[in-house]
Amino acid sequence: MKIVVTAKRVIDFNVKIRVKADQSGVETTNVKMSMNPFDEIAVEAAVRLKEQGIAKEIIVVSMGTTAVQETLRTALALGADRAIHIQTETELQPLAVAKLLQALVQQEKPDLVLMGKQAIDDDCNQTGQMLAGLLHWSQGTFASKLIVENERVLVTREIDGGLETIALKLPAVITTDLRLNQPRYASLPNIMKAKQKPLQVMTPEQLAVDITPHWTTLKVTTPPARKTGIKVNSVAELMEKLNQAGVLA
Amino acid sequence: MILVVAEHDNKALKPSTLNTITAAQQLGNSIVVLVAGRHCEKVAEQCANIAGVTRVMLADADCYAHQLPENLADLIVKLAEGFTYILAPATTFGKNFLPRTAALLNVAQISEVMAIIAPDTFVRPIYAGNALTTVQLNDPIKLLTIRTTAFAPAAITEQTASIEKCAIVEDAGLSSFISQDLTQSARPELTAAKVVVSGGRGMQNADNFKMLEELADCLHAAIGASRAAVDAGFVPNDYQVGQTGKVVAPQLYIAIGISGAIQHIAGMKDSKIIVAINKDADAPIFQVADYGLVGDLFEIVPALIVELRKIKH
Repeated sequence: MKIVVTAKRVIDFNVKIRVKADQSGVETTNVKMSMNPFDEIAVEAAVRLKEQGIAKEIIVVSMGTTAVQETLRTALALGADRAIHIQTETELQPLAVAKLLQALVQQEKPDLVLMGKQAIDDDCNQTGQMLAGLLHWSQGTFASKLIVENERVLVTREIDGGLETIALKLPAVITTDLRLNQPRYASLPNIMKAKQKPLQVMTPEQLAVDITPHWTTLKVTTPPARKTGIKVNSVAELMEKLNQAGVLA
Repeated sequence: MILVVAEHDNKALKPSTLNTITAAQQLGNSIVVLVAGRHCEKVAEQCANIAGVTRVMLADADCYAHQLPENLADLIVKLAEGFTYILAPATTFGKNFLPRTAALLNVAQISEVMAIIAPDTFVRPIYAGNALTTVQLNDPIKLLTIRTTAFAPAAITEQTASIEKCAIVEDAGLSSFISQDLTQSARPELTAAKVVVSGGRGMQNADNFKMLEELADCLHAAIGASRAAVDAGFVPNDYQVGQTGKVVAPQLYIAIGISGAIQHIAGMKDSKIIVAINKDADAPIFQVADYGLVGDLFEIVPALIVELRKIKH
């Protein structure tokens, strides 16, 4: 089986983000960047399928400026075989990303696309579903368990009330949730080896994909701050405050 | 005309649909609700009584029994003509099929709308709510998922909108339902609970979480946890509240033995009242807490349980 896996470069989840003073967006200069944590889980899932002998080749894809090549190298160090960088300076919205991936899938013909369920920057949670729709493929979102059987994959999904298991006909798009696995760290020898693995650069123009934005960001703001609270000295005082606030009714 | 896709389990309507209809009311006054499922006439009847609903469309067929996204998206695409908006709740139900529908219609989708500024302008959270973005959507048909905690539920009225059966699109045959394992708990679901009691690394071990269960029982609360508690193996991953876990906004959030990492605060800071119990007076959690109590949680929590039980009696 051939797998395409995505790796978005985002602000590291441990960084406290800052909104720019002109409200045009979130400050990204001199900020630590990492692979989207949900994509890390997707890469790990792909690598495990290869270790189990189910997958033969893993192609990792990222989109954006040259800086995303660093994220691609990380995925290669984790076990992906080769990387594709779709180079653009334009802000890509989920539909554009899905169309670019669709074009790549048509070239590479994988059996499975693994992606994080959402990116922790724009929190859209759309691209996997959109890609599956464009390809008319089955989709398994928010996966916490995967079992590949011949022509189908059993996917256990995290839904609001618990878990749901579905069977997907291959080829399929699967988006990963937190419980699927615990991603490994790249070892130093593998980081060195990753530098030698192939990394191909393409542009949206070469793929003949229209990446025109569908929405305009008017402003980005900081949410209203919570007003400073108080310290209470006893359980009795806490109970009194909660009663006053009417939250114990 | 606005199409709202109802969330239900074939027996009853989920409250998330009521919040979504309130958002629809702000966009216009011709609201059509789609109920797709199997043997779900009861749900359609419930929808007919919701304030502002002008018509209910019922798609009752085997292929909609489990609301598989491939079939749901194909159905909505078929029904989309004439609608200017299609709305669904931003739950795992709505998030599953609406982006797929958008792609098939070649339009964008806006996720987790928390305010409607103008007919084409919406506010939504990014970076787990650490920033808000205001976007203007240019598509002729606007697909939105609605953050349920940001809109009050629509009222149930005496009015009865008409219910009509709609044409069924055949099964896409791409996926099939195998099983469902819903948490069998008397407790409310984490993202929908009015009260959430969460534990962190300060709980020390899995056994001590039993104490939080007792506290949660007193408050009819859901139980959550910080990433630290999940990583330490005290509770399963689906308890995790935070940027990479679940985002909650209950009326009351009680953080117990949680220091307040950025990643956790991102998932609960929209709660109405936040209570923090921690032995470290300098823990960052106190910066977002309305009421902070510094001390040993193993003394405070049992005392709190005793007090709460007094009210119940």
